[in-house]
Amino acid sequence: MKQPQPINRHTIAVLVDNEPGILARVVGLFSGRGYNIESLTVAEVEQAEQLSRITVVTSGTEQVIEQIKAHLGRLVPVHKVHDLTAEGPHVERELALVKVAGTGDRRVESLRIADIFRARAIDSTTESFVFEITGSQEKVNAFVALMIPLGLVEVSRTGIVAISRGASGF
Amino acid sequence: MSDTREMLTGAEIVLRALKDQGVEVIFGYPGGAVLPIYDALFQQNAIRHILVRHEQAAVHAAEGYARSTGKVGCVLVTSGPGATNAVTGLTDALMDSIPLVCLTGQVPTHLIGNDAFQECDTTGITRPCTKHNYLVKDVNNLARTVHEAFYVARTGRPGPVVIDLPKDVQFATGPYIPPATVAHKTYRPRTDADMSVIDRAIDMLLTAERPVIYGGGGIINSGDEASVLLTEFARLTNIPVTLTLMGLGAYPASDRQFLGMLGMHGTYEANLVMHGCDVMFNIGARFDDRVTGRLSAFSPTSKKIHLDIDPSSINKTVMVDLPVIGDVKTVLKALIGRWKERGAQLKAEPLKAWWGQIEEWRKRDSLRYGSNGLIIKPQHAVRRLWELSQGRETFITTEVGQHQMWAAQYFGFEKPRRWMTSGGLGTMGYGLPSAMGVQIAHPDALVVDISGEASVMMNIQEMSTLVQYRLPVKVFILNNQYMGMVRQWQELLHGGRYSESYSESLPDFVKLAEAFGARGFRALDMNDLDDVIRATLDHPGPVIADICVDQKENCFPMIPSGAAHNEMLLGPEDKADPVSTEEGMVLV
Repeated sequence: MKQPQPINRHTIAVLVDNEPGILARVVGLFSGRGYNIESLTVAEVEQAEQLSRITVVTSGTEQVIEQIKAHLGRLVPVHKVHDLTAEGPHVERELALVKVAGTGDRRVESLRIADIFRARAIDSTTESFVFEITGSQEKVNAFVALMIPLGLVEVSRTGIVAISRGASGF
Repeated sequence: MSDTREMLTGAEIVLRALKDQGVEVIFGYPGGAVLPIYDALFQQNAIRHILVRHEQAAVHAAEGYARSTGKVGCVLVTSGPGATNAVTGLTDALMDSIPLVCLTGQVPTHLIGNDAFQECDTTGITRPCTKHNYLVKDVNNLARTVHEAFYVARTGRPGPVVIDLPKDVQFATGPYIPPATVAHKTYRPRTDADMSVIDRAIDMLLTAERPVIYGGGGIINSGDEASVLLTEFARLTNIPVTLTLMGLGAYPASDRQFLGMLGMHGTYEANLVMHGCDVMFNIGARFDDRVTGRLSAFSPTSKKIHLDIDPSSINKTVMVDLPVIGDVKTVLKALIGRWKERGAQLKAEPLKAWWGQIEEWRKRDSLRYGSNGLIIKPQHAVRRLWELSQGRETFITTEVGQHQMWAAQYFGFEKPRRWMTSGGLGTMGYGLPSAMGVQIAHPDALVVDISGEASVMMNIQEMSTLVQYRLPVKVFILNNQYMGMVRQWQELLHGGRYSESYSESLPDFVKLAEAFGARGFRALDMNDLDDVIRATLDHPGPVIADICVDQKENCFPMIPSGAAHNEMLLGPEDKADPVSTEEGMVLV
C-alpha cells in the first residue's frame, strides 16, 4: 500500500472577470468535486477592467491542490490562478470586528488587551465595545479567545486576503 | 455618438450570428419565451429548423450532428421545462466533450426572480453541466455573446455552452457585430507543446520494450487529421494501439496493430497489454474508471505519457510521468517530425518479443461467442449488421447497455466520426435522437441506432421526427426483454435477484413503427436474421428492426468493478473473485 499523502493548506489567489455568477462558479467547483474551502474572500480590485480577486484557502494533498488549480484555470472567466503558498513568500491578513459587552473590570481589561493587540475601538457604549483587529489568522484567533471570558458577544471576520512579498505582482 | 452599425432586433441578431458562425441546422422546440426567435426563423431561409418531440432529444440530435461533422451543434429551447429537459443532453455533451451551443428562452428581465410562468434559474441549473453559460440582459451584448459562445464551445476541450435569452432582449433593438471583431479577453486554450517536452516523450518511448498507445475521444475531437497522424505514428513505430469507447474509429479496426477496445468490456489482449506494458502513451484519453479498473493495480509497471488538451485531466486519477498539454494533431505532427529528424527507432528485439506475447494473448479470441441453434446471439446480430452494411457509408449510434458494448466490440470502425455513443454520462435514450442529427448532417449515409428495447423507449417519441423529415434512420433493437446490463450485474454481483430489470409490457415494435408511419421488421430466429437486416438496410425510409435475441446472453470479456486488468472474466464459465466483487459492489 502507498503511504497516505500529507494534507497541506494552500492559499490560492484567483483573478476573475467580475461578472454575475462567477462566485457561484468557483464555489460550485469546490462543492461539486468535494474540495474544502476554509476561507474565501472576494472583491473587485480593478474597476476599469472589471476584475475581481478571489482569495481561497483550501487544504488537500498535493494532487488535490494541483487539480483545484487546474479546474479553476479552465473556468472561462478566470484570468489567472496563483498558488501563493507554493510560489514563495507571501503575507496573509484577516480583519475582524469583535463585539464585547461588560462593565467594570472586565470592560477595562478588554480595552487593555485590545491595546496590546493593536485593536481599535470603533464603536463604544457605556457597556460595550466593537473592536477592529487586523492581523494573521492566529493573532485574530488569539484575540477572540481572550475576549470570551470578558463578554464576547459576536465576531465578524473577513476571511484571509493574501499577496506575494517583493516587487513583482501578477 | 452616431452608430453606423446595423441595428436589428435581438431575435434577428441571434439568427444572423448563428448564420455567420456557419450554423446550417438547429434542433429545437418552440415555447412562449422563444417566440420572437421562432418568428425570425420563419422569415429566413439560411438556417433549417428541425422540430423534435422532446428537448432532451434536441440536444442529443445536436450532439450526433456535431460528432459526425466536427461542427458545433445548435439547440433552441424555451424557458422553464424546455431548459430543464435539455439538462440531461447538456450533461452528456459535457462528459463527452461535444461542442454545442444551446439557446434557451427566459422570462423577460423584469420578471426574472419572480417565479414567473415557465421560469427557472437556467444559468444556475446549467452551471455545473456546461462548459460555460451566459445570461444576456442587454441586447447590446447579444451578438458578442453568441460569437463568444461558439468560440468557447469549439476551442480547447470542447463542450456545451448555454445562452439564456430573456424575451424582452429578443424583442429589443441593438447593434449587430460580426464574428471577426469578437475575441474573448483571456480564454486561449493552449494547443501546442514545447519541443523540449516532445523530446522527453521521445526519450521515454525509446526506452520502451513493451510500449502501448492508449487513444481516446480527444483524437476524434482534434479532427480527422489527428487520426491520420496517429496511424502514421503507429506504423512508424510499430507500437500496438488500443482505443477507448470514445476513441473507436480513430485507428482502423482492421489494422494488424489494433488490439481492440480496452477497459471493462475490452479485449483480453488490450487489457493485458495495458497491464503489462512498460511505456504507455495516452493520447486524448482520461483514465476513466471504465478503463482503469482498480486504480491501485492499474498498469503497475509502466511509465506514462499523457497527451491532453485539458490540464485538469492530468494526474486526476492516475499519476503520470510526463504530461503533454496540447491538441492531439498539433502535438502528433511535431512528434512525428521530431521522431524522423532524430532518426528514432524502438529497440527491435524486445518489441518483436512483445508482439509475440500479444499474438499469444490474441489466440484466446476473447470476443468469440457460442451459437445456440436457432436463437439469435446478439453479438452475431451486430456482426451480421456490420458485414451486410459493408460498402456503404455507415454511421452507428447506440443507446446504453449491453447492446452498446456489443456494438463497440463487433462493429469494426475504420474511420473517425462514424461512431456516436454516450460514453461518459451513459445516457439511455441517446441513440435514436443522436442518429437523427447524424442523418440530417449526412442525408445519403446509412445511419443505424443499435439499441436495446429498454433504452429505445426513453426517446421513442422521436420516431415521429424521423417520419416528419423523412430521415431513413434504422433503429436496430437487440431485444432481450431485459435491461440487459442491469440484469448482468444482478446475475454476477447480486445473487441473480433480477430486481425490476425485466422489460414488462413491451410494445409490439413492428406495430409501433407502423403507428408512427415507419416500417417495422422482426427477426424471431436465425432463419429471419439476414433477411430482416437486408430489408432494413434496403428500405428507403425509417425502420425499426426488432431483433429478438438470446435473453440470457452476457457481455464478455468483463472486468468486474474493483478488479484489475488481469482479473478479467472471459465468459460465463468464469466466476468473479469474491474479494474484488465485495470492493466492487460499492462502485458502479
